[in-house]
Amino acid sequence: MGNIGSREILRLSVNGRQHELLVKPYATLLEVLREDLRLTGTKHGCEAGECGACVVLVDGTPQLSCLVLPGQIEGSEVTTIEGVSNGSELHPVQQAFMDHGALQCGYCTPGMVLSSKALLDSNPSPTRDEINEALSGNLCRCTGYVSIIEAVEDAGRAMA
Amino acid sequence: MLRLPRFSYLRPGSVAEAAQVLSEYGSRARVVAGGTDLLPKMKRGQMEPEVVIGLGHINELRGIRATEDGGFEIGACVTLSEVVASPELRAAYPGYVHAAALVSTPALRNSGTIGGNLCVDTRCNYYDESYEWRKALGFCMKKDGNICRVAPASATCRAIASSDTAPAAISMGATVVLVGPNGQREVPVESLYQDDGQFYMTKAPDEILTSLRMPSPGHWKSSYVKVRNRGSIDFPLVGVAAAIQMKGSLVEACRIVITAVGPQPLDVSQAAGALVGKEIDDTLLEEVATEAAKPARPLDNADLSYVWRKRMTRRAIEQAIREAAEVG
Repeated sequence: MGNIGSREILRLSVNGRQHELLVKPYATLLEVLREDLRLTGTKHGCEAGECGACVVLVDGTPQLSCLVLPGQIEGSEVTTIEGVSNGSELHPVQQAFMDHGALQCGYCTPGMVLSSKALLDSNPSPTRDEINEALSGNLCRCTGYVSIIEAVEDAGRAMA
Repeated sequence: MLRLPRFSYLRPGSVAEAAQVLSEYGSRARVVAGGTDLLPKMKRGQMEPEVVIGLGHINELRGIRATEDGGFEIGACVTLSEVVASPELRAAYPGYVHAAALVSTPALRNSGTIGGNLCVDTRCNYYDESYEWRKALGFCMKKDGNICRVAPASATCRAIASSDTAPAAISMGATVVLVGPNGQREVPVESLYQDDGQFYMTKAPDEILTSLRMPSPGHWKSSYVKVRNRGSIDFPLVGVAAAIQMKGSLVEACRIVITAVGPQPLDVSQAAGALVGKEIDDTLLEEVATEAAKPARPLDNADLSYVWRKRMTRRAIEQAIREAAEVG
């Protein structure tokens, strides 16, 4: 082992693109995405695993990027909010959030969209309880949750 | 912004290698599985390892395996979500699986592991503040200081046992496998903890918890009740695991384990003796719950008032016994 915390090479696939990066082993996945890859769609929130603003998909599963060390997920496929749309065509979840006005300041929205996408990918017609449960770790402090939940229901119908 | 302090990250490929690396670095190292407990604590300066040893790369720590005695062995790096998604575990241990499902949020459970939850650090409103906050007010004995700021007369730290799955595992008579430099040993989950919020585990620092062994559920039916501030995210303010065997409408045996009311989970099954051979009714249940809640010592170191938490311990015990008796 070299000096404590010396940089090391990390191979990471993000939004379908392979990256080879020289990173600090103590930088979180959130920091690597935002600072090394300049993918600033993923947000810093509480940084302690309580708010869901930093949710990204790791092999299709929502995880808190503020609590993941990149070394832990080497070889996995990471999807951030930048990788959700198909070019300029919005993902059905994004479109439904727009149609329902399911955001105000937008800070929680990337995490909300990714948690919703993961739910709908595995369960296209979830019940309200299932939506509530899937989004229970994503805190919104301005719009309230009704329009968000309705947007997820609509997106499910659009994706079916 | 909360940044992690400097450390190196190691990726052992086997338990033997991990144990060797851990004994080499001693107190300068910490193992990490999901990281959902360790990383926030490192950001707040509560833990400062120079070396973090990742267990997630070790295949032998993954997987849920049926055992010959009709039970299950669950690898330490199985995530809480994997436990929640397992129909076999849900059928055999509804209380344990429900406890796993109530840990924090879906995204956290996708990283957080069953081994990590059994080892989760004790919690305290004082200790769980940022480094700057604690530095300004004076440190406590759990980190950098020498007195308990919550109970200054106490000789030991009174931080709260906060694992939801530990009491449920204890109520099923589960054991864990620990691997250290001198080989492996198997101990009951109950004896993994002690009445000290600082040194809350009896596991040696150079031992790695590698699996949880759940015995055959036999005729035990089980439940878990969690009292907390919000319906998601929060740690328990009171947790009660109950397991019960019924013969018709009569109670044959009953176990009760309570948590988050002191530094370790407490087996208070003795109080359930009054239920044996009887039907469950409100008066009897209240007597049993009052007796079972006696060892609960909530202090002013968690959300909501400690007087209310003590009262809720009785209510949660009643509810847990009822739910255990009702499940299939």
